[in-house]
Amino acid sequence: MDSTFLLGQVFNGLSVGSIYILAALGLALSFGLMRVINMAHGEIVMLGGYIAFLTIKLVPGPLGIPAAVLAAAVGGGLLGALLETTLVSRLAERPLDTLLATWGVSLIVQQAARDIFGATGVSVTAPSWMDGAVELGPLSLPLTRLFIILIAAMALSGLALLLKTSRIGLLVRAANQDRATASAMGVSVRQVDMFVFALGSAVAGVAGVVLALLGPVTPTVGQSYIVTAFLVVILGGLGSIAGCAIAALMIGVVSAMSQVFVDASFSQVVTLLFVIAFLQFRPHGVISIRSRALDE
Amino acid sequence: MPAPTVKLIAGVAALLAALAAPFYLSSYDLSLTGRFLALSLTAMGLVLIWGHGGILSLGQGMFFGLGGYVLAMHLKLVALDVGEATPDFMVWSNVASLPWWWAIFRNPLAMLAGVVAIPGLVAAGLGWLVFRRRIGGVYFALITQAVTLAFATLLISQQGYTGGFNGLTNYKTLFGFTLNDRLVIWGLYWATVVIVALALLGGLWLLNSRFGRLLRATRDNTNRVRFLGYDPTPYKIVAFAIAGALAGVSGALFALHAGVISPALVAVTPSIEMVVWAAVGGRTSLAGAIAGALAVNFAKDKISSVVPEGWLYILGLVFILVVTVMPKGLAGLFAGRRKALAQAAALEPETAPAPVKEAAQ
Repeated sequence: MDSTFLLGQVFNGLSVGSIYILAALGLALSFGLMRVINMAHGEIVMLGGYIAFLTIKLVPGPLGIPAAVLAAAVGGGLLGALLETTLVSRLAERPLDTLLATWGVSLIVQQAARDIFGATGVSVTAPSWMDGAVELGPLSLPLTRLFIILIAAMALSGLALLLKTSRIGLLVRAANQDRATASAMGVSVRQVDMFVFALGSAVAGVAGVVLALLGPVTPTVGQSYIVTAFLVVILGGLGSIAGCAIAALMIGVVSAMSQVFVDASFSQVVTLLFVIAFLQFRPHGVISIRSRALDE
Repeated sequence: MPAPTVKLIAGVAALLAALAAPFYLSSYDLSLTGRFLALSLTAMGLVLIWGHGGILSLGQGMFFGLGGYVLAMHLKLVALDVGEATPDFMVWSNVASLPWWWAIFRNPLAMLAGVVAIPGLVAAGLGWLVFRRRIGGVYFALITQAVTLAFATLLISQQGYTGGFNGLTNYKTLFGFTLNDRLVIWGLYWATVVIVALALLGGLWLLNSRFGRLLRATRDNTNRVRFLGYDPTPYKIVAFAIAGALAGVSGALFALHAGVISPALVAVTPSIEMVVWAAVGGRTSLAGAIAGALAVNFAKDKISSVVPEGWLYILGLVFILVVTVMPKGLAGLFAGRRKALAQAAALEPETAPAPVKEAAQ
């Protein structure tokens, strides 16, 4: 087992982790704010993939991918806003019921995708400029994977900038710190909730474009990543963006490195054991917020 | 008539109707009823932990599967012909000798103990790891989901030991009785009815005991329970272990009725479906769990035989409606509608955002 191979696995882990970042960011944002998990988040990822497929059909050529990213972000955001206003906001303060209700949504969306696009899935051909690889010493890094890492980094820094510098970001942080006080100061917490949910769903739509570049888009493509994305949210700590990113990369690397020693199915078990072991030492996740509250 | 008397009469009538079912149901419907009654044990376990303990497990499929596979391993071993060392699928996968964790279940007593104890102990261990670190709520639900996914993936990938995607099937005898004999089928059905009735009585006793009261107190306000001097962790662990053991028995009985246990029955999606049985019945009602398991599964069977694509839309709607408009489920229809709505919010406590936080990211 030479060091080049191990380095290559680390790189693979980072690129898989980048997908988890994109898939989990939206979950982490709304979980931090509203304490709810949207089980239909994976289906928004899946729809992002189908939107990419349709956009690239409409806009062939080099502009296809940027157009697809834009369309998937807008489409995901709209779906998220719809889901938040019609269902999630009605179940406020009942996170376990929200899990079940949004699972119902995911079943319906999956079956609808199956009826519209077929069960076998559709393929998006990656543009030719993504075919190559960057040679870095003995390592050969495929451009698709570098592109994924780039998109994840852009999504992360874009969100961080938005939250740190914009007015709506200020309101989000205020509601995140103390809902009751923010509301008393005139912040419309309801609108903040909807904005954050829509924003997170937009990121999920972009995650769908990325998945479309890696393989066929099927009605269950979101499901295959979402359970791990849930683990990322748990490992990351309450709604912290930085925690989410660190946790996603950790899980990506742990899963890639464990595949050096065991097969893919056992690596899933290893990853899970890693998360449970980690929570024994830091039950609040990578980045925990100091708090006097009894419950988190 | 006082309410307890009405309930007693209704319960006895339901039991008699269930016991007499072989004489008035077609053999197809009888077989389905047996299967779905077996499934109701899993739903009862969810009533215990979710309805009364406030712990939502999306991983009951794993415990269901552990019970089912332990039983199926025994059945595969007793079905071996003289001279055969391993079941057929092991031969195809070039597994030459029987692993020890298969061999021990050749003993029927070890199998019976394993069906109850293995899922119970696995649940207790998982519960201990998670609850002692005060991890609960959404976190717990998502961890159990990941555990189930890993379990199902392992079952599929370890084909030489588990039968892979197809699972374990082709059983012949149990305790020397030929399984496809008509009287044996009836006996199995009656045994299922009796086990379900005993589980119902035991569950009612448990929920009315001090244990049940403390479990509900933990659900409603864990910190107040702590301040009163109780440690809530053991109560949660025991409740989760009981629910796990019930799911194990449920899986074993289901495997007997259906003649198969496979990863498709224990994976992520079926595990969440188990929750909807309890939700449709009314999450705090044990009798409702039986009604919910029967209602949802009969609806699934009848509807998907007519419009196969339609069932998932309906199931999705059921998930949404059962938490938004009918949080007390079928049991709530009998308890009165106004009361049900008033209690809907109280079903899920401890969800208000933490009141004081010193810093955010």
